[in-house]
Amino acid sequence: MWRALLLFTLVPLLLAQASPKLVPDISSRSVEIQYSFTGAELLLFGAILYPGGRPPRRPPDVVVVLKGPVQPITVREKQKIAGIWMNADSNRFRSAPGFYAVASSRPIDELVDERTAAIYELGLQNLQLSPGGGAQPDKERRFEAGLLDLRRRQGLYVEDPDGVEISEGVLYRARIFIPSQVPVGTFTAETFLIDRGKVIAAATKEITVDKSGFERFVAESADRYSLLYGLVAVILPLLLGWAAAELFRRRGA
Amino acid sequence: MDIYLPIAGMSVNAPLIVVLGLLVGILSGMFGVGGGFLTTPLLIFYGIPPSVAVASATTQITGSSVSGVLAHMRRGGVDLRMGAVMIAGGLGGSLAGAGLFRLLQSSGQIDTVIGLLYVLLLGSIGVLMLRDAALALGWIEPSASASPRPRHNRWVAGLPLRWRFYASGLYLSPIAPLALGFVAGILTVLLGIGGGFILVPAMIYLFGMAARVVVGTSLVMILAVSAATTMIHALTTEAVDIVLAALLLVGGVIGAQYGALLTTRLKPDLLRLSLAVIIILVALRMAFGLTYRPDEIFSIEYL
Repeated sequence: MWRALLLFTLVPLLLAQASPKLVPDISSRSVEIQYSFTGAELLLFGAILYPGGRPPRRPPDVVVVLKGPVQPITVREKQKIAGIWMNADSNRFRSAPGFYAVASSRPIDELVDERTAAIYELGLQNLQLSPGGGAQPDKERRFEAGLLDLRRRQGLYVEDPDGVEISEGVLYRARIFIPSQVPVGTFTAETFLIDRGKVIAAATKEITVDKSGFERFVAESADRYSLLYGLVAVILPLLLGWAAAELFRRRGA
Repeated sequence: MDIYLPIAGMSVNAPLIVVLGLLVGILSGMFGVGGGFLTTPLLIFYGIPPSVAVASATTQITGSSVSGVLAHMRRGGVDLRMGAVMIAGGLGGSLAGAGLFRLLQSSGQIDTVIGLLYVLLLGSIGVLMLRDAALALGWIEPSASASPRPRHNRWVAGLPLRWRFYASGLYLSPIAPLALGFVAGILTVLLGIGGGFILVPAMIYLFGMAARVVVGTSLVMILAVSAATTMIHALTTEAVDIVLAALLLVGGVIGAQYGALLTTRLKPDLLRLSLAVIIILVALRMAFGLTYRPDEIFSIEYL
């Protein structure tokens, strides 16, 4: 039964042989955050397999999207009230990615129409942030623009309209830099092959970004063994303060 | 050399943080203050999240007050009974402060409140100290109408249930030091300061404590409350970054010793004058930050 079903779905694909296939890979499957971590550069590369093995005369374009884990956040807006800049208004977003980078071989608006870009979440303007709270549309837009702008300047949201290099129409590669303040979790790298405004192939890979070694140990102890962690944080200054005092007393005597 | 801070979730220039700790340590050793009022704002200017800055700066207060406490204990310059009462108040205050911290954080007003409190506290204390120092240096004449202060404040003396504090030479209701400790405890949690520059004037002018035990007693109180506050932060906000704390401490404890050495070579009135100027500068910088249009209108809070 299952085999029949499989055959039933696969056969048309094999027969048609029209759409090319993507074989993506990433320079490393995991990024480890260690004591000297200042960010990491990832190379996202791969090959385009065409039916018949020969690239068409007009090679398709490639878009690479690297997306971090989504987090629910509150965005606050400051306003000047009685001479003081303070948080006055806020809006919630239930699914803002902690990191989002898109690289393409040509600007995205030249590649696909708005509808397609929105479906595949291509480009910062098309992120599905799921704003909550039923706010006015213009307020929602204002907060969305504020969030995008803030994260763009922090290097957490990146758009690179000519970040993908395609050689011989078969091999593609893109470099994406992850800054040190990225959230930890599972990142997804999506590659889209686009021809004449249509996505003709897509492939997904996962990357784990995690604290490792000492950094992981510290972050985990702070979370799981708060009491012990707090004790160490109290004893450390007592010990260091006492040691410095003794050192100087002896030298002075 | 960059080092990644596991709790703050960002990398910082390690030598810069050590030097920052050293400078604040020198100042705290020179003036006998915890130095939290400098560390916390400077860390925030550097880009450390405010909650992490406040929680980690308290460890530096503990570290730099240790050697002071040891020295004053040896000399017998601590009123333990008074200290115990103030610590009790301080612990209550830091618990109440932690609740207040949460409340303000969820309403999004914590940064504004921290900024405003800094400007008000540092501004008024800086101006008072500046006036005091200028008087002592003979730059301004004391106003003719200034009558000599009574040794005991009328309100404090009127409180019921009096105890004897022998070392301080006082017959005083414990409610007063308890309340003072409570206020200092709240400030320690909210602002990441030890509150030494509030405790010392209050103990001298409001209680009329013997000058011999004022600094030692306030240091004991600061040590206990800052340690308790670190613990409370570790348990509630989980914002204590031990790597950041260690970097600050290495510079801080050494700086505090050098600062203490410097004190013996400088004129005390000039010292007070320079501390007043530093405090006023920090207050002005905070006031500027509140009123000037910020770089970031939008800020993000994780739920």
